[in-house]
Amino acid sequence: MDLHFGDSKPTDEERAAIDALLGPAESSWEGAARDEMRASDLRWARGGRAARERRDLLLPGLHAVNDRIGWISEGALDYLCRRLTVPPAEAYGVATFYAMFSVKPRPATVLHVCTDLACAAAGASELCAGVEARLGLGSGVAVERSPCLGLCERAPAALAVRAGDPVRTAVSAPATVERAVLAASAPDSAPEEPSAALAVPQAGDPALMLLGRVGVVDPASLDDYRAHGGYTALRQAFAIGPAGVIREVTDAGLVGRGGAAFPTGRKWQATASQPGHPHYLVCNADESEPGTFKDRVVMEGDPYSLVEAMTIAGYAVGAHKGYLYLRGEYPRALARMEHAIGQARARGLLGDDVLGQGYAFDIEIRRGAGAYICGEETALFNSIEGYRGEPRSKPPFPVEKGLFGRPTAENNVETLVNVLPILTIGAPAYAAIGTGSSTGPKLFCVSGSVERPGIYELPFGATLGELLELAGVRDRLRAVLLGGAAGGFVRPDELDIPLTFEGTREAGTTLGSGVVLAFDDTVPLPRLLLRIAEFFRDESCGQCVPCRVGTVRQEEALHRIVGRTGADAAADITLLREVGRAMKDASICGLGQTAWNAVESAIDRLGAYE
Amino acid sequence: MTVTPLGIPRRLLEFTLDGEPVRAPEGATILDACRSAGKDIPTLCQGDTLAPKNACRVCVVEVEGARTLVPACSRTAEAGMQVRTDTERARHSRKIVLELLASSVDLSTTPEVAGWLKEYEAKPDRFGPDAARLNEEPKVDNDLYVRDYDKCILCYKCVDACGDQWQNTFAISVVGRGFDARIAVEHDAPLTDSACVYCGNCIEVCPTGALSFKSEFDMRAAGTWDESAQTETTTVCAYCGVGCNLTLHVQDNEIVKVTSPHDNPVTHGNLCIKGRFGYQHVQNRD
Repeated sequence: MDLHFGDSKPTDEERAAIDALLGPAESSWEGAARDEMRASDLRWARGGRAARERRDLLLPGLHAVNDRIGWISEGALDYLCRRLTVPPAEAYGVATFYAMFSVKPRPATVLHVCTDLACAAAGASELCAGVEARLGLGSGVAVERSPCLGLCERAPAALAVRAGDPVRTAVSAPATVERAVLAASAPDSAPEEPSAALAVPQAGDPALMLLGRVGVVDPASLDDYRAHGGYTALRQAFAIGPAGVIREVTDAGLVGRGGAAFPTGRKWQATASQPGHPHYLVCNADESEPGTFKDRVVMEGDPYSLVEAMTIAGYAVGAHKGYLYLRGEYPRALARMEHAIGQARARGLLGDDVLGQGYAFDIEIRRGAGAYICGEETALFNSIEGYRGEPRSKPPFPVEKGLFGRPTAENNVETLVNVLPILTIGAPAYAAIGTGSSTGPKLFCVSGSVERPGIYELPFGATLGELLELAGVRDRLRAVLLGGAAGGFVRPDELDIPLTFEGTREAGTTLGSGVVLAFDDTVPLPRLLLRIAEFFRDESCGQCVPCRVGTVRQEEALHRIVGRTGADAAADITLLREVGRAMKDASICGLGQTAWNAVESAIDRLGAYE
Repeated sequence: MTVTPLGIPRRLLEFTLDGEPVRAPEGATILDACRSAGKDIPTLCQGDTLAPKNACRVCVVEVEGARTLVPACSRTAEAGMQVRTDTERARHSRKIVLELLASSVDLSTTPEVAGWLKEYEAKPDRFGPDAARLNEEPKVDNDLYVRDYDKCILCYKCVDACGDQWQNTFAISVVGRGFDARIAVEHDAPLTDSACVYCGNCIEVCPTGALSFKSEFDMRAAGTWDESAQTETTTVCAYCGVGCNLTLHVQDNEIVKVTSPHDNPVTHGNLCIKGRFGYQHVQNRD
């Protein structure tokens, strides 16, 4: 590899930001100043293979610059590339992939105003207009319309990020123009976010298995976590051994909660039995599905439970390293998880000898940078490895060739925390909860036209109506979106659908990741569908044709028919159906395959354009 | 004549292709198997010298038991697999993909695509006159080649050829995301400011003419490009001792471009700047 670097230089601050992550450059070959070139530099070169093997630090490096400066200049990118022996063209391709990075100068403060489904229904467009009017040119704040910020229970929401050392963030939700402007202009003095427990209307209910500790324990205290039953599941795991853990998880009937509903035990077994080493565990905390915020609440309210669950999963699959891929828009969850991991490490619950059992395991956090597609498991691997977050073709499957080409088990946050009750109450007791083929408790993210939006924990099998009643559904319900933007709409007369994988499938819809977004008849349905189409157009990685162009054609057709019905809309609906069918059949990954679902269900079940 | 290395003999596995039993060597793709069974499947992004990226999705086929269609170019055939290449479902996807592509980029210099559009009854116009297109001016920033991204289908072949699969120069990458994704060099700079070494191997693999010789681009603009009047002569490059094969494309007694045979075991179609572009002295008649 004969890399060519331009002659743009980093500023001192950019260099400092990168050096703080990678350490100072040791020779002029990897970016130290030429006049510092030492005689020894002519005989050896740091960098080369050793630097290339750190390519996975590209994304953290881009974050380091973006956090400190607010954008990524040519000089900074080239310097980072020298340090990691990454071709500048590739790094540029990576930097331009993520929504939170900019390769053009912009103000140090960026205010992300959520315009996605729940926020749109709660008046996001007025909020945007108001904020933009107040923070015009010269205000030093860039206002960016953002996809779902995962704060749907407090919609509308805004997130301010101010570059510097350290980077400052402030969340405003529910946001008013005043509060959002305040968060952007003085992030340090913005009022603190309400406790995560506020997102759990059932908080304190002793029957809760997954959310039982949210609002009860101090999320910063490991002792408090242990006092509330923490680390009993890990002790049990060590008592029964890795094969025992996998057996329990299999017998419990746990399936993935991210949307695909794959049996977790089978995934772990397949990973554990791979001859290639090392094995990896990846926790997918890149929760970006519009309407989803459960992983954020678990990480903010009960961070140690995820640390413990990841340790158990790592132990079961034979991994000594776990990556927690946490979405970039969750500053508080990031802080809580960083703290929890640090405490666990300091107390011997992570590290070379977990609980004195001779098992080595550690967790590294990787921050996403604004890309829904990185929630797709193989795109997530590419993102961690320092490549563009484009999904890979399957097969080979991750259990065989996953992160860094090694056997990898990837699970989302909710799936992992289910392992704790499985080990504490035992597989039979766990399997007795829910229905025959959907076992255990399930988290639902309820938002929109309800009195008490938030995360609800119910055993599988409760009906949609029961859940909505719990959340206080308002009158004049028009539609419920199940499963988020990739899910489907159901009608208000279908509230007896049982919330199980098989029940929703039978009803011709999907449970997805557990999103329940209620819309009353004040929400203009065509605008909502347009927002969903926009979302997929923005979030398509662009790798395959059906998704890259299909999502654009879908949005165009919806724009054309936004105010039309019946025969006027018929031709475009036919077009939508034909394109949608090809996207579902021929796209590489789930994003393109599901991008048409919600619109299709709105046409077929709600009669959106009749 | 070029020699194709045979490699280690491979076991044959048996599967069903459109109802007929066929045998294919282990590791062969469905597309390989189709071609050796005498049936071809349209494909735009597949190339004979690069690992398939399966980004264009024109070659999708139905595999029994698979939830979605699978790309024939990259899915390896497995024993007992039941593959159907010409079902209504597969044809529908191909038709739509061709329509989506033809409505968004200029496929006028893509070989075979006109025939497929006809065969699949694709009507790219039906997305209306306002359908988003790339509509980009060709980038002419050097004397050797032209980047006309209005013709680019983002097949990634130039990226792979420039990167770890052949040239190891890593001068180009996909940047941006979604419909706005483009092929570009670092910082979106002109080619002359990039890491490009002008080997032209990206032109060699480009399936649509988005990357072309400046000579070809200029002649097309002038209306003098006439492939039917061209002869192709394969010879040996005289610049160094490696012995790369050059195929000289000659029109009206002038070399108009240089390619290299892909089945050549030394070059596999790759050349360096001298072999690819250093032909002016041959036709210097002063």
